Amino acid sequence: MAQPAIAVREAEAGNRPDAADVLISYRGVGKVFETDAGALTAVRDITLDIEKGQFVTLVGPSGCGKSTLLNMAAGLYQPTSGAVFYQGEPVTGINHRVGYMTQNDHLLPWRDVAANVMVPLEIRGVPKAQAKERVYALLEKVGLKGFEKAYPAQLSGGMRKRCALARLLAYDPEALLMDEPFGALDAQLRLRMQIEIRRVAMELGKTVIFVTHDLDEAVSIADRCVVFTQRPGTVARVVDVPLPRDRDLMQLRHDNTYRDLTAELWELLAPDLE
Amino acid sequence: MQQMSIVKGAGVATSVARTARQERERRRRQIIISARIALVVGFLCLWQTAAMWLVSDFFIGRPTEIAAQLWEWAVSGTLFFHAWITSVEALLGFLLGSFIGMAFGILMGRAQTLAEILDPFLMMFYSLPKVALAPMFILWFGIGIDMKIYLTATIVFFLVFLNTYTGVRAVSREQIAILKLMGATERHILFKVVLPSAVTWVFNGLRLSVPYALIGAIVGELIAANKGLGYLLANASGQYDTSGMFAALIAIMILALSLNYVVKFVEKKAMPWKAAEDQREMSI
Repeated sequence: MAQPAIAVREAEAGNRPDAADVLISYRGVGKVFETDAGALTAVRDITLDIEKGQFVTLVGPSGCGKSTLLNMAAGLYQPTSGAVFYQGEPVTGINHRVGYMTQNDHLLPWRDVAANVMVPLEIRGVPKAQAKERVYALLEKVGLKGFEKAYPAQLSGGMRKRCALARLLAYDPEALLMDEPFGALDAQLRLRMQIEIRRVAMELGKTVIFVTHDLDEAVSIADRCVVFTQRPGTVARVVDVPLPRDRDLMQLRHDNTYRDLTAELWELLAPDLE
Repeated sequence: MQQMSIVKGAGVATSVARTARQERERRRRQIIISARIALVVGFLCLWQTAAMWLVSDFFIGRPTEIAAQLWEWAVSGTLFFHAWITSVEALLGFLLGSFIGMAFGILMGRAQTLAEILDPFLMMFYSLPKVALAPMFILWFGIGIDMKIYLTATIVFFLVFLNTYTGVRAVSREQIAILKLMGATERHILFKVVLPSAVTWVFNGLRLSVPYALIGAIVGELIAANKGLGYLLANASGQYDTSGMFAALIAIMILALSLNYVVKFVEKKAMPWKAAEDQREMSI
């Protein structure tokens, strides 16, 4: 352990998470960005535990610092105050145990679908034959069988997402950080991708933090939904979604529990929209 | 599975429309080609007529004489000898200049401080018309073929360097961050993201440099040489042989067109994903 990390741990020892089933833990996290227009507080005083194997959505108005929280869990930058813990250890550098998926899929346009999914395996130095086998299995899992040799430019938006998802799963990260991954998709495709991401995450036992500004999406796919206030973002409410784990997303709009919960949370968010 | 069948169904539905569109497109191509031929023939007739009755052929030559001159050079092998010399100069200069340009572009694209140190000096040389270096190059390298190669390389260097540098700097930072999360080292990032994404820019620079490579070679030959198409042009000019000058110009033009074609061909082979992007139906 590096020296500064220990210092952080000691400083936070009082409220450090001990529960074994907590994977990612925010403890009094705040982040201030220095911009030309002055200091900008993105998030303030966030304390939040993400349990292993849970599907957690972060929902709130645009610019409330949801993405900032993901970036700090990934170790892309450090919080200004407080600390982020991953399995009880503070995150001090790039966190290789998480996978990141953004609204822009960032596929490499010069590689075909199979070669794109291959990238993380090449980086890990997985033997070629073994990597190839894994890539084909993953493409089948995300429904891209038959498109191995297509370039990203030849794919539709939904297929590009599937490809990005397969690439994300290829290196088997413990936690998936998703930043409005389906934002650019049309409603039907979006629903299909939501169903798929839930299925895949449950099948593989992944922990997911899913950022969205769409309340319906946030409630329908989550085990636990965290509602944020406007910037500077703070946690307004944490809701355990009382829906079965193997829920049918297609039929959800007729479900009373779902309807009541979204209506209730809508009231919570609505004042922020004015 | 469902997605696959949807794609196939759409394919059948549009295939009829596609053949009709292909037929229209084919007819349009025919019109374009016939119009071009008509333009060339009309222009040559006009030129020939003018040279016979309106303007002295001392100034504008004569298409028939130009063709005869080209034919004579082709039969005697003169044309191919000189074209070969010019091609070798342009090609070697092109290769040398673009190799050094790419190496410098990658190095400085990744080493920001070095780039800032060298920036004013590079800009100084960049703003200098490289042709003005020719007298100096004659002093250093003589009037042989290597002088033209170095002159060409100097011109090509800047075009390729600037494009490569821009390409390396333009790599998306998110893309790099995502690869770093996968555990990528600087070497992985260089070979998997930076270089491939700079290739488009590099080729842009290479394609831009082809005509300039030829300019370097020809200007070098015009100033001091005893072989090459530039020499052929200068020689015809010295003898007030207007048709000979036009014949040399046409030879230079043909050489430039073939070099352009070669670069386009190589580009297509090196970046297959570009062809896929071009085929995509437009949507705004």
